[in-house]
Amino acid sequence: MSVQIRIPGVLAPLTGGQTALQASGATVGEVVADLAGRFPRIAGKLRDARGEPYPYVVFYLNDDDIRFHSGFQTAVKDGDEIVVVPAIAGG
Amino acid sequence: MKSPLPTLDRAEIHRYSRHLILPEMGVTGQRRLKGSRVLLVGAGGLGSPAALYLAAAGVGHVSLVEFDVVDVTNLQRQVLHGTKDVGRPKAESARDRLLDLNPHLSLTLHDTRLHAGNALELVRDHDLVVDGTDNFGTRYLVNDACVLAGRPNVYASIFRFDGQASVFATADGPCYRCLYPSPPPPGEVPSCAEGGVLGVLPGLLGTIQATEALKLLAGIGQPLVGRLLLVDALAMQFRTVKVRKDPNCPACGTRTIRELREESFACEVGAPVERVPEITPVELAKRVLRGDALTLLDVREPHEWEITRIPGARLAPLSRLAEEIQRLDPAREIVVYCRSGVRSQKAGLQIRAAGFPNVLSLAGGVLRYGDDVDPSLPRY
Ligand SMILES: [Zn+2]
Repeated sequence: MSVQIRIPGVLAPLTGGQTALQASGATVGEVVADLAGRFPRIAGKLRDARGEPYPYVVFYLNDDDIRFHSGFQTAVKDGDEIVVVPAIAGG
Repeated sequence: MKSPLPTLDRAEIHRYSRHLILPEMGVTGQRRLKGSRVLLVGAGGLGSPAALYLAAAGVGHVSLVEFDVVDVTNLQRQVLHGTKDVGRPKAESARDRLLDLNPHLSLTLHDTRLHAGNALELVRDHDLVVDGTDNFGTRYLVNDACVLAGRPNVYASIFRFDGQASVFATADGPCYRCLYPSPPPPGEVPSCAEGGVLGVLPGLLGTIQATEALKLLAGIGQPLVGRLLLVDALAMQFRTVKVRKDPNCPACGTRTIRELREESFACEVGAPVERVPEITPVELAKRVLRGDALTLLDVREPHEWEITRIPGARLAPLSRLAEEIQRLDPAREIVVYCRSGVRSQKAGLQIRAAGFPNVLSLAGGVLRYGDDVDPSLPRY
């Protein structure tokens, strides 16, 4: 499956300046792994050492929080969109 | 329960006429605003536009929690304050501006930090809270106090070119902890001082907070409950994603959080617990003059290097430090510096772990070097 994954601008330097990338996999976790494989420096920003999501980086699949589905095991289909939303605190 | 709505006098009817002719708002909506009390935490980037619009709109009472002093670097985005206010308490500067904007406003200043001991009482005494704070610790405190007191938390936060906004802790909606159960470890997310922020971005997000607050108070429209608004100012894209109430949330779900706790999240980039020894700028200058064999590494990013640097330094940004370490001369002592001495600690530990035991971090970074050694260096 080929899906689009959108990352925040602050992580763009780790992906050659891109914030919207195509990646593939059958689940959200596989898509993230595909991206992490191609851009190794972003890996640790998206998931912990065991490959699990952090509580402060939320993944949305088609605008819905994957934690209320099957987390990284949530299945994706062609054309889906994943948005990565890290906690920020500036004011 | 609530006392009857206050009436509007002649001057107020004139002043708020553009509200009064909106059928959705009308006299009733305006009287609701006059009868309401808002707690605004922070008079910085988000708090500035939020306070201005809440005051202008005719909110009857605003309480402002702010202990900081106006600094010239605030003025790029904190439009509540002016150049003449540099050095004054922000609370006082805010009072002057807000009462000039709307003399009908009743304003209470709390020249203090929000903490576990005062948060609940303050929140209970108001109809809603506008969270304009700048650190994770206070954001969790605001949220938990709002959940405990049953008051909406009108939230926004910003970083660089990105912003987020939502309304948390309404009777049926999710809270901040439902979205982010725990904060990033200190040091993972830089503060605005370290990471930068586009000046107009808090203007956008703070104005959205004011919009949501006014809607909630007047009882109009669909509040941003159960939705998180994401703003990407560079792409100029707005997107709304769903936020669900988490039945296991310790604040609003299981309600295991029954009292407020001071959580020790670092406000700024947290200094690591393990540290490399420091050298003061004066000591560094002495040793350079003496001709000691020192390698001076600037671990900031290239755009910061463009602004200012210490003569004789080499640029080795933290983001690609691993490559730079390969080129270090093990025979020389290494001094690392950054803007204020926090990132250089991180870099120092990384260099030491790579097998270079003689690493020092410049205390206070290039900023203190400018203060103590070379006042001609620009500050940022
Ligand atoms: Zn919650």
